[in-house]
Amino acid sequence: MRFRFTHSAIDTAAARRELEHLGAGGYVSFEGWVRDHNEGQEVTRLEYEAFEELALKEGGRIIADALRRFPVKHALCVHRIGSLGLGDLAVWVGVSSTHRGEAFDACRFIIDEVKHRVPIWKKEHYRSGDSGWVNCERCAVVPHHAQP
Amino acid sequence: MKLNIQYYALMREQAGRSQETLETSAATPADLYGELASRYPFTLSREQLKVAVNSEFSDWSRKLESGDAVVFIPPVAGG
Repeated sequence: MRFRFTHSAIDTAAARRELEHLGAGGYVSFEGWVRDHNEGQEVTRLEYEAFEELALKEGGRIIADALRRFPVKHALCVHRIGSLGLGDLAVWVGVSSTHRGEAFDACRFIIDEVKHRVPIWKKEHYRSGDSGWVNCERCAVVPHHAQP
Repeated sequence: MKLNIQYYALMREQAGRSQETLETSAATPADLYGELASRYPFTLSREQLKVAVNSEFSDWSRKLESGDAVVFIPPVAGG
């Protein structure tokens, strides 16, 4: 499958091999890493959760969209799910193509669309002991601190 | 009719469960969300959510049928 989940470390060497094509002059990859801060908070770890059945469909549609829009050879996205520590690899996108331009463009397109469209959620745990679901807490109608 | 509802992420925590089977007269996902929002302390408004029926994105006005699986989708944050 061209979009998939893994519950353990992403094997980037194996993923890269899936992109090999004798007509390709190169490949571009993007790695999303767990960083130690977000919006002023010190992050200690993350949890990723997905509605896998729909996420696999939507992720597959994104890859298909990319292959239609850009003249590339292969494209693949692997997203990790579960509990991740600082520096861990959360998502990997790779694209091979005849020339580099379309590989960069397709890779950027895929990671941007995955972030916006695929039902995956990220919970950040902070040094303060607090935690929060990214994009869900600050936009909530009633802030948590206002609740009894 | 009976519906199967699955909860994810913030909504799973707020509902205190990851799924349930519910006997309801809600005709649409919009009605269903209104019913559930009166039972659970959901902080997200319907405008902030998407909805899936039987593992595919759906309109809020789709007519629900007995046995449908409904998932409310909070703002996503992959990557």
